[in-house]
Amino acid sequence: MTTHAQSLAVSSQRKGFLHWLWTWITTVDHKKIAILYLFGGGLFFLIGGIEALLIRIQLAVPNNHFLVGSEYNQVMTMHGTTMIFLAAMPLIFAMMNAVIPLQIGARDVAFPFVNALGFWLFFLGGIVLNTSWFFGGAPAGGWTAYTPLATEYLGSGMDFYILGLQLSGAGTLMGAINFLVTIINMRAPGMTFMRMPLFCWTSLVTSALILFAFPPLTVGLFFEFFDHIFHANFFNTANGGNGIIWEHIFWIFGHPEVYILVLPAFGIISEVVATFSKKRLFGYSSMVFATVLIGFLSFMVWVHHMFTVGLGPVANAVFAIATMTIAVPTGIKIFNWLFTMWGGQIHFTTANLFALGFIPTFVMGGVTGVMLAVPPADAQYHDSYFVVAHFHYVILGGVVFGLLAGVFYWWPKMFGRMLNETLGKITFWFFFLGFHLTFFPQHFLGLMGMPRRYFTYLPGEHFELGNMLSSIGAFGMAVGVIVLLINIVVTTAKGKRAKGDAWGIGRTLEWSIASPAPEYNFAQTPLVKGIDAFWKEKMAGNKKMTPAEPLGDVHMPSPTVIPFLMSLSLTLASFGFIFAANQAGKPHTGGLITAAIGIGLMLLLMLIHSIKDDHGFHIHKEEIMRIEKEAE
Amino acid sequence: MSGTENAGLQAIPNPEKATLEGKNKFLGFWFFLGGETVLFGTLFATFLALRDKVASGPSAHELFSLPLTFLSTIILLTSSLTSVFAILAMKDYKAGAMRLWFWITVLLGLAFLGLEIYEFHEYLGEHFGFTTSAFSSAFYTLVGTHGCHVLFGVLWISELMLQSYKKGITTVTAPKYYVAALYWHFIDVVWVFIFTVVYLLGILGG
Repeated sequence: MTTHAQSLAVSSQRKGFLHWLWTWITTVDHKKIAILYLFGGGLFFLIGGIEALLIRIQLAVPNNHFLVGSEYNQVMTMHGTTMIFLAAMPLIFAMMNAVIPLQIGARDVAFPFVNALGFWLFFLGGIVLNTSWFFGGAPAGGWTAYTPLATEYLGSGMDFYILGLQLSGAGTLMGAINFLVTIINMRAPGMTFMRMPLFCWTSLVTSALILFAFPPLTVGLFFEFFDHIFHANFFNTANGGNGIIWEHIFWIFGHPEVYILVLPAFGIISEVVATFSKKRLFGYSSMVFATVLIGFLSFMVWVHHMFTVGLGPVANAVFAIATMTIAVPTGIKIFNWLFTMWGGQIHFTTANLFALGFIPTFVMGGVTGVMLAVPPADAQYHDSYFVVAHFHYVILGGVVFGLLAGVFYWWPKMFGRMLNETLGKITFWFFFLGFHLTFFPQHFLGLMGMPRRYFTYLPGEHFELGNMLSSIGAFGMAVGVIVLLINIVVTTAKGKRAKGDAWGIGRTLEWSIASPAPEYNFAQTPLVKGIDAFWKEKMAGNKKMTPAEPLGDVHMPSPTVIPFLMSLSLTLASFGFIFAANQAGKPHTGGLITAAIGIGLMLLLMLIHSIKDDHGFHIHKEEIMRIEKEAE
Repeated sequence: MSGTENAGLQAIPNPEKATLEGKNKFLGFWFFLGGETVLFGTLFATFLALRDKVASGPSAHELFSLPLTFLSTIILLTSSLTSVFAILAMKDYKAGAMRLWFWITVLLGLAFLGLEIYEFHEYLGEHFGFTTSAFSSAFYTLVGTHGCHVLFGVLWISELMLQSYKKGITTVTAPKYYVAALYWHFIDVVWVFIFTVVYLLGILGG
């Protein structure tokens, strides 16, 4: 443990739990915010996972009465919404926060304050969404919240969906701007764009996609909000509204969202495969090109979610071709990973097992994706379990496998301790085999005609075997996750301490400093001489990076509670609006007043933040030298 | 000129981009405006899809009056020009001139808001409310969102100017003034599109 962590532990013992909690609430350190994101995303991943198990219990046998009707719809809606917005997104931000500044040789992110605000908005947005269980029922309109079902027929649950996602969406947007600026402005000397690790590239493109994809979601949610709470007519056909507008807006956001999630996973896989093959990533520039091209194309394929709406043969054909085109850059990536491994010294660590499991799994998801991109065929697949199988292969088999690879790979850098490899491999095999057992049969269930989102099926329709296998597989994955949790608890208590270069074969800058990274990251900003900068130095016989500056005092931003308070005031405003909703007539005044107070507090906090200059503090040269010495 | 200004800083050209924090703020704000562009783009697209769905309410050419919106347009365009003068004064470290031009900008912004409130009030009198038709919902949401942006800009610039009496023009404050002016230009550009797409098209395009 570094001195920083020790001093933290000592001071927390001295001042107790409240002080410990306060340091986490007020932190603006990207490494701590990464841990917060990991905790928050992990928590919602477990909640979403439990919801998945409830769904699979209900569907295990025909005519089951475990979870029916509206309750089933609520659990299914919350499973999808939670997994996409509250688990996958924050876990990606956890990886980005933990790694990006270290990989580009920066001391911090561009906007530490905004970074903290982004986290708290996400977390409290997730809490708002989940409180719906206790206030008259969760949203039940599917994670896509199609209108007019969502705005006119489902009661108050959808208000929690609208406001909760509005909050967490704002947090995500801020995080994206933060990482765009960090990567563009704060790279170390010599770290040109074409020398950045691929994870930085994919995070850069993902942040750009968030910047352009989340505002439509914000607007769409506002439309639903106005329709539901203030009786506007965007989707109310009686007064000229049009529900198809929501579908367009949702998927203009929703399809880039798929690439927002999967591109960082591609980046993680690129890092893990290269490191554990002990080789430079094959075809680096084509990987960058493919990443940017996927980002570009992701905005022109949204109508493939709407082939059955009836937008006409021309629209369908154009979007079908654009969709199939994405298979080309994705294929480039798959082959580059294979060629990276070719002739390499492959280390079968848990992180690499997840990366290796990712490749064939994601290819299968991609192949069904191309099948779905053919409009006449899609008319058959649409709203069947074939679609469910397809998107779980890309989101779970792609994104979650990538994230788990990243968690195992960077855990020592984040926490200073290695995860247990034996337990890790048990996790991998349960998760990998459980995954395929769950979702492979669903392809066939879909082709046989089982519709998605239905809460049951009848005996004698040949759906029994596939569903039973699927439910067994889901519990296999659950075992894998439980073993991972045990792994975390056991190694936190008495795990092997990680060296700076935890795997001994690290290639990028994050492995050139202590594990966990000291508060100031780099005692001296490193000078980058090529791709895989740290590997290059090691091959030249150096143990450390060549510094680009003399050792000096390091300026740090002060911790602040304002981001947390801002998020609280917007949470108050959200609850105000939720309780203002009145199906029968005018919105309730009490709710509106509460909302106004929340927004007023937010403006007040913005004013305080603007007036109060943060001068930060300095970590002195002597202190840095002492910490660096102890880390060796 | 404010007495708190540091004479040593006079030499730094472009104080808004002199530090890394300033550069970050500058770039970050451009990205933010990129997101805002998509936000307004979505509002415009929805408005175009719903603009002739008037249900039983009044339609665009029955409502809109060109002289009023033309006046609004002139006022907002002028306010953009005055904010340019403010930034030019800032680059010369003339705090007094900067404040004067920004206060004029704020006044013009308030005049614009006054006209908008008057206009909405008139429409309500003609039974054109938020819930009247899909067209009315789309209209009030698009123009209202822009109006909220103007209001926020007025509050923001006023707050910065009140602070500037104490803090003057430094490498810490200059990026703040600069991005506030950028924001103001952005609002102005959005209004040009609203004037064209909502009002001109509404009156002339039938």
